[in-house]
Amino acid sequence: MYQKIMVPVDLAHLDALSRSLQVAADIARHYGAEVCYVSVTANTPGPVARTPEDYERKLAAFAEEQHALHGQPASSRVFISHDPVADLDDVLVRAIREVGADLVLMATHLPRRLDAVMPSNGGKVATHTNASVFLVRP
Amino acid sequence: MENKPHEETPTEQNEITEGVPAPEGAHNLIDTDYVIGQDNYTASPLGISLDIHGKVFAISAAVTLFFVVLTLALQNEVEPLFNAMRDWLTGNLAWFFILAGNVFVVLCLGLIVSPLGKIRIGGSDATPDFSYVGWFSMLFAAGMGIGLMFYGVSEPMSHFDAALGGISMENGVRTDWAPLGAAAGDQQAAARLGMAATIFHWGLHPWAIYAVVALALALFSFNKGLPLTMRSIFYPILGERVWGWPGHVIDMLAVFATLFGLATSLGIGASQASAGLNYLFGMPEGNLTMVALIMGITLVATLSIVAGVDKGVKRLSQVNMALAFLLLLFILVVGPTMLILTGFFENLWSYAVNLPALSNPFFRDDANFSQGWTAFYWAWWISWSPFVGMFIARVSRGRTVREFLVAVLLVPSFVSVLWMTAFGGTAIDQFVGSGFEGVREAALELKLFVMLGELPLTEITSFVGIVLVVVFFITSSDSGSLVIDTITAGGKVDAPKPQRVFWAFIEGGIAVALLLGGGLVALQAMAVSTGLPFTVVLLVGCYAIVKGLLSEPR
Repeated sequence: MYQKIMVPVDLAHLDALSRSLQVAADIARHYGAEVCYVSVTANTPGPVARTPEDYERKLAAFAEEQHALHGQPASSRVFISHDPVADLDDVLVRAIREVGADLVLMATHLPRRLDAVMPSNGGKVATHTNASVFLVRP
Repeated sequence: MENKPHEETPTEQNEITEGVPAPEGAHNLIDTDYVIGQDNYTASPLGISLDIHGKVFAISAAVTLFFVVLTLALQNEVEPLFNAMRDWLTGNLAWFFILAGNVFVVLCLGLIVSPLGKIRIGGSDATPDFSYVGWFSMLFAAGMGIGLMFYGVSEPMSHFDAALGGISMENGVRTDWAPLGAAAGDQQAAARLGMAATIFHWGLHPWAIYAVVALALALFSFNKGLPLTMRSIFYPILGERVWGWPGHVIDMLAVFATLFGLATSLGIGASQASAGLNYLFGMPEGNLTMVALIMGITLVATLSIVAGVDKGVKRLSQVNMALAFLLLLFILVVGPTMLILTGFFENLWSYAVNLPALSNPFFRDDANFSQGWTAFYWAWWISWSPFVGMFIARVSRGRTVREFLVAVLLVPSFVSVLWMTAFGGTAIDQFVGSGFEGVREAALELKLFVMLGELPLTEITSFVGIVLVVVFFITSSDSGSLVIDTITAGGKVDAPKPQRVFWAFIEGGIAVALLLGGGLVALQAMAVSTGLPFTVVLLVGCYAIVKGLLSEPR
């Protein structure tokens, strides 16, 4: 049913992602789908990595770890944004197209997205894509 | 660069998980244990998430509020104090500002021709993030903005006027404001001198100041992997101590300089826009109009930063540049076209001829000019430099040092020359050619509109002028808030949005509060005062640039 599942991850907030990662692994196993872990990051040095290339390596290593843990094929892809906070939704919508995902599985309410002023990213992504979107609540 | 799915490739897996491989491309990261954001305070009070550098944020915010309250409460006592401080600084330390300015220009020009110019910001494999047009629009809109609108007509005219008046002495001290030896009674010479002096203030020197900060930040953040805050450029000198109090103080200074430098410009912008609205539509001039303007502008700036760099700041900058270009084109075509075109080269020439004398820091006869204009400008540019420099740095990844310096130093300088020639030259021509006294006699903030009044389509061009002032105002305010937010978040560019909104409001708030309190003088004094320690920061930046570039793989 699903061939490629896209899972947006933020390596700086992995603790908040454990549920969604588990769900992604289970669904992938059920359908024999590949999981693509996607990150959106700035090109300036950040807490996780000091260069975009470094971030790419860390995400690839993370995908490897997930692969080893759950066994389903895993890949990774980093998208650079000049302003990740403002552009996250747009970049994720673009990522779905470029990755060719047919299911997006994302955690909502990451710590910094607990924002009363702005709508949740998952909701906004769902309105702008043809792929199915699965929001995992904590 | 999608990584192919790994199904059964245990060897590759081990390679990736064990140890960190060497970076791709030529990188030379500084080896530090500091993790960006490690000193940050994160919480979500009332559902609003925060991610701030506790000390830098708290002290900056507290001192700013304290300053505003103090200025408002003790208006009469504080104002003379600030005035005295400004006069003392520009009077006694003019040589320091002017000398430092020369150092920056020489360093930048030297780097353009040196082999170090080949080094690429972000490592040898980095690719530029923005197109030339988008990049250049943002550089220019952030860097000069309102000043070009305010001083485009008024500064050449002021210098021309002063130079024409000649030298006046009182007790052996010069009391006139003319640059250098003035040009008493000689209109042509006075025009040349006036334009040269103006271009001096808007040409190489200010852009070299920005370029130094921007290059230092870009280098230490994109090539060395340090956080995008001012303290990072002190790493070659202070080492790991930059993560402690010395670094906090540097970052706080950057925040103050940005806030007060911006607020000064916002005050000037508001006064010009309201004067223009009054002149054009007879709208009541005064505090109410200015406060309404600042509030409206702050609101639009807030929307712009919430929309982000690409969707907000960049778009506004491009609109801005397009409008400014149209206005320039209009003056070029409708004004004295040949005079402007030949004037461009003549002014460049007289700039070159007068540059050594104008930039001489010692034994100046024209104290009023070199202290009141030049030193004040330098201090003001320098107080703007953390914000403009940081913003330029952020959008310049992927350019080579040479490309960067040509774009940040030479191109804007030429545009400034053209702008000043068109606006100032037209105004001077109106006086010299047709004896029109209007611009000469008009108040500073009205000179632009009086000049436009002598050209056709006045209503339209003046309105465009006001819109430009407002949009320049917005593009400065939004990029300024972004920068302050990044500094107070310890170098994180992905801090939660409410923080940006907070700083945008603070900026508008300072401008309103101090305008109502009559504190524009205090504001300028603060801008100049923060400019002094920052000159030292910039000189250190020069050292850091050279040291950093030399350690890059070539």
